[in-house]
Amino acid sequence: MAAAYNPAFSAPPMPAISFQNVGKTYNSPRGAVHALGDVSFDIEPGEFFGLLGPNGAGKTTLISILAGLARASRGTVSVLGHDVVSDFAAARRSLGIVPQELVFDPFFSVREALRIQGGYFGVRTDKRANDAWIDELLENLGLADKANANMRQLSGGMKRRVLVAQALVHRPPVIVLDEPTAGVDVELRQTLWQFIARLNKEGHTVLLTTHYLEEAEALCSRIAMLKLGKVVALDRTSALLAGTASTMLRFKMDAPLPPQLAAQSRVTGRIVQITAHDAAEVERILGVLRQAGCQPEDLEIGRADLEDVFLEIMSGAALTPALSQRDSEPQRSLAV
Amino acid sequence: MTAIFSGTRTLLYKEVLRFWKVSFQTVAAPVLTAVLYLLIFGHVLEDHVKVHGVGYTSFLIPGLVMMSVLQNAFANSSSSLIQSKITGNLVFLLVAPLSHWAWFCAYVGASIVRGVVVGAGVLFVTAWFAPLHVDNAAWIIAFTVMGAALMGSLGLVAGLWAEKFDQIAAFQNFIVMPMTFLSGVFYSVKSLPPLAQAVSHLNPFFYMIDGFRHGFFGVSDVSPWTSLAVVGASLCVVCGLCLHLLRIGYKIRH
Repeated sequence: MAAAYNPAFSAPPMPAISFQNVGKTYNSPRGAVHALGDVSFDIEPGEFFGLLGPNGAGKTTLISILAGLARASRGTVSVLGHDVVSDFAAARRSLGIVPQELVFDPFFSVREALRIQGGYFGVRTDKRANDAWIDELLENLGLADKANANMRQLSGGMKRRVLVAQALVHRPPVIVLDEPTAGVDVELRQTLWQFIARLNKEGHTVLLTTHYLEEAEALCSRIAMLKLGKVVALDRTSALLAGTASTMLRFKMDAPLPPQLAAQSRVTGRIVQITAHDAAEVERILGVLRQAGCQPEDLEIGRADLEDVFLEIMSGAALTPALSQRDSEPQRSLAV
Repeated sequence: MTAIFSGTRTLLYKEVLRFWKVSFQTVAAPVLTAVLYLLIFGHVLEDHVKVHGVGYTSFLIPGLVMMSVLQNAFANSSSSLIQSKITGNLVFLLVAPLSHWAWFCAYVGASIVRGVVVGAGVLFVTAWFAPLHVDNAAWIIAFTVMGAALMGSLGLVAGLWAEKFDQIAAFQNFIVMPMTFLSGVFYSVKSLPPLAQAVSHLNPFFYMIDGFRHGFFGVSDVSPWTSLAVVGASLCVVCGLCLHLLRIGYKIRH
């Protein structure tokens, strides 16, 4: 380690991030568009939290409100107790945001971009101490040999790494990653996740949105799922995996599926995946296949992964136990 | 407090560094343009026109200097902001803990720096072509800083309002350019017919040019105090509008 890294907080009593009854309505020529409706949950300090949902679910809108890029129509958002509107400077100093879009300033080199970004947050650009941290960021993100290269000369993956470095340059206690691995190679994903996991272990709170559900399953201790601007699941990752169909039948088949199985199946080419809640249901599915004269090949029975849970929840087939309390309790109580 | 000043200073530094990195385009090109104006108009009119008792080339130089200051101050803030908006890198600023005052001071400060650098460049090159003396440096400095600040603020307003480069170009070509050209850069408004003179007096650019020129020759079309009052009032209005738009995040925070 070239420089010691100390998160700028010491076990604060308040949540790292708190969304309370957050709503967002956009006015468009076709009328009001409700992007978010009454979203409430807390993320505790030190958590690695996943925010999942299909395109248009409201993930980026929620993060935009958190970052100050958009304003909530209703509700409040705070970071380490600092309201993102009335106390925006303290809230933003606590946040490091990696934006979804691959953006860069073409006028500057990588090191200049990092020094400038740090300067916005009050990190003196002429201090050697901060350059030591910049060097450590560059080293950990595989950018050491690109420090003096102009941003325009970098590949897409390299630019993505610089975005991560820019978000971390002021040493924020809360890190927000909005689809950071979209369209990047395996090597960068590995490098990035090793580094972010290390920061999380050191005490940083991480909020991640991603479409790569295996990443969320591997990294996030707790997950919220959004659908059409509303929280449809919020629980520990392990509870989400256990709370829905926990068995998955996978096989290959050329013939069409019997109609009675089509609704609960996911078909990708020849590969068929069918969720089952228990052994009896597995028996029933196999019976239906036999009766229909189907001959499944390479049949496997395994545990459902987060992708299966996600699809099940998004199709409205299941709600997590925690979420099932929604009708009887305020949504705040859903935070686990 | 230190963090606030550091953020403002960094944004100012970044904005100055941005135009300095492309100084061939942002400094050298406008100096060359001004020199070409001087060579062409000076060659044609030097022997035929005297204004306020001075030769035409001498009269033209302060006007060209101030026109360059104003146009480049506007170009600096407007082009920087619209580029950042369109390429998306404005997000780096939007997530930073900078107040609307910090944005305003940094962008307008950088506009003043660019206006002064280009104006000094034009003055340095054109001063070799005709005799020029300074009657009162205080007027020159006051109108340079206030004019550049006004145009830097106007550039910020245009940059916030515009959603594409076309709109900034339209603002520049259909508002800024005609108002500077018709402000008395190339002539004294006293030489105009009464109606055109009255219309010219409604143009704030006229007062910026006239007050600036007073600093060199000690004579002008209107009193420099009148010019100072008009430019000061215009500056307050544009700065107020600009700060309001920045505070509400007009077209940048949704």
